[in-house]
Amino acid sequence: MTFLKINNLSVDYQMRKETVNAAKNVNIEVKKGEILGLVGESGSGKSTVGNAIINLIDEPGKVSSGSVILGDLNIHENSESIVKYRGNKIGLIFQDPQTSLNPILTVGEQLIETIQTHLKLSKEDAKNKSINLLKEVGIKDAETRFDNYPHQFSGGMRQRVVISLALCCEPELLIADEPTTALDVSIQSQILELIKKLTKERNLAVILITHDMGVIAETADRVAVMKSGNLVEIGETKKILTQPRENYTKSLVSSVPPTNKKISRFVIVEKENSDKKENNIKILNRWTKKGIIDQDLVQIKNLRKSFDDNFFTESSKNSVMAVDDVSFDIKEGESFGLVGESGSGKSTIAKMIVSLFKPTSGDIFFDNVRITKIKQRSELMKFRKQIQMIFQDPYSSLNGRLKVKDIITEPITLHNPSISNLDLNNYIYDLLESVELTQKSADRYPHEFSGGQRQRISIARALATQPRLLVCDEPTSALDVSIQAQILNLLKDLQEQLNLTILFISHDLPVVRQMCDRIGVLKDGKLCEVSNTEDLFLKPAHEYTKELLRLMPKIESIYN
Amino acid sequence: MLVVAFVSFSLFNFVGDPINNMVGEETSDEERAELRETLGLMDPIHVQFSRFIINASKGEFGISYQLRRPVSELIVERLPATVELVVISALIAIITGTLLGVYTGINRKGFLSDFVLAISLLGVSLPTFVIGILFIYLFAVILGILPSFGRGEVVDLGFWTTGFLTVSGLKAIILPSVTLSLFQMTYIIRLVRAEMMEILQTDYIKFARARGISENSIKYKHALKNGLIPVITIAGINIGTLIAFSIITETVFQWPGMGFLFIQAVQFVDIPIMSAYLVFIAFVFVMINFIVDILYYLIDPRIRVKGDVASG
Repeated sequence: MTFLKINNLSVDYQMRKETVNAAKNVNIEVKKGEILGLVGESGSGKSTVGNAIINLIDEPGKVSSGSVILGDLNIHENSESIVKYRGNKIGLIFQDPQTSLNPILTVGEQLIETIQTHLKLSKEDAKNKSINLLKEVGIKDAETRFDNYPHQFSGGMRQRVVISLALCCEPELLIADEPTTALDVSIQSQILELIKKLTKERNLAVILITHDMGVIAETADRVAVMKSGNLVEIGETKKILTQPRENYTKSLVSSVPPTNKKISRFVIVEKENSDKKENNIKILNRWTKKGIIDQDLVQIKNLRKSFDDNFFTESSKNSVMAVDDVSFDIKEGESFGLVGESGSGKSTIAKMIVSLFKPTSGDIFFDNVRITKIKQRSELMKFRKQIQMIFQDPYSSLNGRLKVKDIITEPITLHNPSISNLDLNNYIYDLLESVELTQKSADRYPHEFSGGQRQRISIARALATQPRLLVCDEPTSALDVSIQAQILNLLKDLQEQLNLTILFISHDLPVVRQMCDRIGVLKDGKLCEVSNTEDLFLKPAHEYTKELLRLMPKIESIYN
Repeated sequence: MLVVAFVSFSLFNFVGDPINNMVGEETSDEERAELRETLGLMDPIHVQFSRFIINASKGEFGISYQLRRPVSELIVERLPATVELVVISALIAIITGTLLGVYTGINRKGFLSDFVLAISLLGVSLPTFVIGILFIYLFAVILGILPSFGRGEVVDLGFWTTGFLTVSGLKAIILPSVTLSLFQMTYIIRLVRAEMMEILQTDYIKFARARGISENSIKYKHALKNGLIPVITIAGINIGTLIAFSIITETVFQWPGMGFLFIQAVQFVDIPIMSAYLVFIAFVFVMINFIVDILYYLIDPRIRVKGDVASG
């Protein structure tokens, strides 16, 4: 029996010049006890639909037409009526558990307040109910944790608190907006299990909004696909993922890195780029190419890094070892992957390799030179030129006040001050074309570009000094899958043609499998194992690796 | 503190010859030399400085050249007036500033908000002494309801003289304290407004709305508490600034406080008073920052419990 019925829902954002339709005539139905996955890329309107159900659209947007029927209630009858259903009949979970709890109220205060808003309970009863809820969502020592502040919980625990808050007044509909995107895989699977369990036990209707096809494959009963405000396709999960009807769904599914095999390139359905090979040659002419010698380009020996080791508290008991006795080598021309959950020290290692951090002890050798012992700035610059980094967030890693041209010029002139203007301009154009951007982009500012294009600019900037080693720290985790596929293809092409060595850091196992020749697995600053990619995925040696592989959401699970 | 002490000591010791200001024209050179000796002005610099530090830590700053009385005594005498003025204006600034800030932050559009913001712009841009003179003209000269200068009648409690216990004392404090608080108040209005607007956009406010928490609770419990955290920092720094600004206000209103004493001292190059005042102000600043840190600790739970933050 249909429980939630969304009819012709439209959401408009009235801008100064035009009206943006964030959602257009969306029709969705959800049954009780069913999880409906709502997928789409960023800007597709999936969160807008989620928020529109409880009329929580920020100004200047508003629900312009359509109705939402919950059971036999029309909850959009007027703008005030919806307020009493929020939290009461409908619970909402947001993406980031770090920001969705009020930092200066205890968890208990927030729970009690929510319960007392909707249910007529005494403070004592509300407290008991909250403690039971915390226990139900899997928080140990609920009695003492009740009085803790949000910052005293870890990310996963905090998301459990958020879930308990969403469920505390026994809603019948739960809207989860990217509930696990900000979490590590192991915690992600716990939270998803919890949502599945609660759906069954409480007979909830659930709308799960996500961009992660793996999550959808493992949890959702049915899927609705959205693109630029329109509902493209809706149907059984298995059918949508295996036999998509619409072109858009096809490209979306094919962009998802498969977890069970290695493919040479991602298939990009919509876009064809035939003139790309030619472009890449341009930059190749300038590349002072070194023949690949079978040697280790980077050697890392017993690397340690502890933070808060300042002058006064050296080797104190409390100091955290971010990187603890890590040794591995990267061969010239290979892609080496470092995987691990947040806090495992993978980014710290990257920053030490590019000499942004100083190791506490241990050595890093680059091309057989010990770069950790270099004192002179000019000496270090020689290595800085050969090692370049691409950061995770393409929005904050480019200076918004500089034109793209100036962003790329900076590293070139820093390492080659005598370059002529004409030569410089040509070089910039070549670089831009190599990353599949037009020459015109040189005179624009970063904010005029999309996330994927910005990441291309970052790559061009990194290539400007003709590095031998490219350190990519989660280069695609802020991007949509289809864009991710394009960027990964680009990195693969560049590596092939320029003989780049890549250190690829990611938490995303399927991506690492597609990108890397060898992989190191990190946990709590320690290296668990290093092995060839296929060996690692097929016969993992370490317990932790097995665990990670088991928990990784697999889009292929739909076949089972 | 030590640095400020040194600066105040050296600055004033090398500016002019105090003996010239103390004695008349007809004093003989022998008498001058004798006076120099008794005041310890002939000793080497470091001896003078260490004596200065030792005395300062005992609360002794020497004898005023001009009034021929111990500086510590003068300061204790003038302290209550300044403290009362600053406390009252700080209270006015913080309470009114926060209330108006919250109001304008929540009702972003609306005649009253625009009006308050326009006035606050005026408060920021007009110098204190202009406002003070305008107030005197309006309330004391034209309307004649409030006194234009002095503290009114004061009650001596032995260790403290207060103007709070008499009608004329209370009347007298209104104009100077309002004048003094105006600049800080407008500052706080703008700060609280910006904070409230930002916090109302955050995820946890959105999540609170999604749980159906009432709007009043969201605004005054969830948002305001978070919004006040930066206000404490600013207010702490500003109380120090208030004392500094009080020099001007006290002069305009002939308020017998320390700022007024300082201005008089400057006119007579009365070094002991000036250096004592500087050291005292530095001490107040340090104390206020200390108190602000403690307040932070009490209000923001994220600072309070650092030990058991779970990682991951």
